Amino acid sequence: MKRLLLVPAVAFAAALPWLVDDYTTATLARLLVLGLVGVSVALLTGVTGLPTLGQTAPFAAGAYAAAQLGLHDVANEPVRLLAAAGVGAAFALLTAPLVVYARGVIVLMITLAIGELAITVASRWKSVTGGTDGLIAAPTLDTDRARYLYTLAVVVVLVALVLLALRSPAGLLLRASRDDEARMRASGHPVTAYLTGAYAAAGGIAGVGGALLVTTQQYVSPADFSFDTAALLLLGVVIGGAGSMLGAAAGTAFVFAARDWLSGLLPGHAPLLLGALFVVTAYLLPRGVAGFDWRRLGRAARAASPGAMRRRNQEA
Amino acid sequence: MADILITEALTRRYGSLVAVDRIDLRIAPGERRAIIGPNGAGKTTLLDLVAGAIRPSGGRIRFDGRDITGSGPARRARLGIGRIHQRPAVWPSLTTLDNVAVAAAQSRGGVRRSRRPAIELLDRLGLADQAGVEAARLSHGQRRQLEIAMALAGEPRLLLLDEPAAGLSAVEFERLGEVLRDLPEGMTVLLVEHRLDLVYAFADVVTVLRDGQYVVSGTPDEIRMSHTVRQAYSGAVA
Repeated sequence: MKRLLLVPAVAFAAALPWLVDDYTTATLARLLVLGLVGVSVALLTGVTGLPTLGQTAPFAAGAYAAAQLGLHDVANEPVRLLAAAGVGAAFALLTAPLVVYARGVIVLMITLAIGELAITVASRWKSVTGGTDGLIAAPTLDTDRARYLYTLAVVVVLVALVLLALRSPAGLLLRASRDDEARMRASGHPVTAYLTGAYAAAGGIAGVGGALLVTTQQYVSPADFSFDTAALLLLGVVIGGAGSMLGAAAGTAFVFAARDWLSGLLPGHAPLLLGALFVVTAYLLPRGVAGFDWRRLGRAARAASPGAMRRRNQEA
Repeated sequence: MADILITEALTRRYGSLVAVDRIDLRIAPGERRAIIGPNGAGKTTLLDLVAGAIRPSGGRIRFDGRDITGSGPARRARLGIGRIHQRPAVWPSLTTLDNVAVAAAQSRGGVRRSRRPAIELLDRLGLADQAGVEAARLSHGQRRQLEIAMALAGEPRLLLLDEPAAGLSAVEFERLGEVLRDLPEGMTVLLVEHRLDLVYAFADVVTVLRDGQYVVSGTPDEIRMSHTVRQAYSGAVA
């Protein structure tokens, strides 16, 4: 049932550029990119049990890799995507030993440090990143509409692949590792290797997000990967539901859209409102919007309907 | 035949408390050994040491002729040591069937290949009708049965059972007795259990611990009659 709804949802998303102006189309493309990075955050936070503030790092690594390829006249998009995925995954493998032995809040702190280090490197390593001035990348696709549709296609394919992987035995092994690690080891499973694999895969996905970011905005700078971005990614994932990839993607896109909209409406107060939203979500929907038991709400609503109340009164 | 499990002066300290104090065990292949003793005797700590869940403060552990003192729990499991925990440990977000399939995956070459044997095991433990249910929804007794199925799914050569009868209903207890009786003859079992009727019916040899120390070993009949054992128990109560 939920899966059937996805088809018209994707069709609607594909039709959007003909319904809105170019500026909105470009904004939507950026939200798709952030939604994809949100999926990589959810893969670690919800499925693997490694809550992360550091996916901005492989996101940045992928973006600079794609931008550098652009500067060296590699305009072939698939090549740039694969390179960005490789760089993102390689970056994750490099930092994995810092992450996969820690648990819980410690992981948050370590990944936060990784993210901050990545921004520092991006700001200082001018020969590769252009420093705080950033890099301008020549457009590979001519119109906002084309860039949006290309981004949409890549995101849909990648998210579908993630969903398939999570339904495969690999997904079971990750969820079991998150549920009870000691039991996994008692059954002979090399849990650390599984976590490393998931962390590398999430790095690859974030890396692809980086390449798509360069494609959509044709520019990249350290500001794209700030702590704000990392925090809003986690916020969006928690609001959408860390256990659901689609919920996480939608939550992330929603949070960034809300920030941009609110900062125009109430300059300077967007972080405060998003913080309040986070508190409300954490209290009312501990498993996010996608993790909420909507059927139970339906039953409760029926039980509270006037008809049901009348029946109860008659019984009493 | 060479003993399959040997512990030499195995010791575990927590600060000044010696939970397991220089324990020497020799267990023959296929032997059913029960460990009994009052609360705090160090029974669970001993099982945790053999499974690799905790590191010893001293002493050595040999399994099948190999020194495994420095090996982690996953490596020991792959060598053939299976276990169930005192509080049933299952993966609550997985279905009952997937729990057994994932538990069997290492010894049977993957989750997919483990599904068919997993169904047979669930059948044996009376959980077949729960196969598609999330383990989070199982009762305590059902989780206990499920973890036994998970431990057996790995086809261990040495099975460590930590109070398998705790919290079981009468029906479940009876089924547990059958399952233990039907274990393959070659499988070595180390059983920690408070239900002495189960211990005496099942074990070849019973070892009594108290305050982390070895008290005595003997056949169930010897232990039942032993004055030392009664003292070990009554001493702890007083």
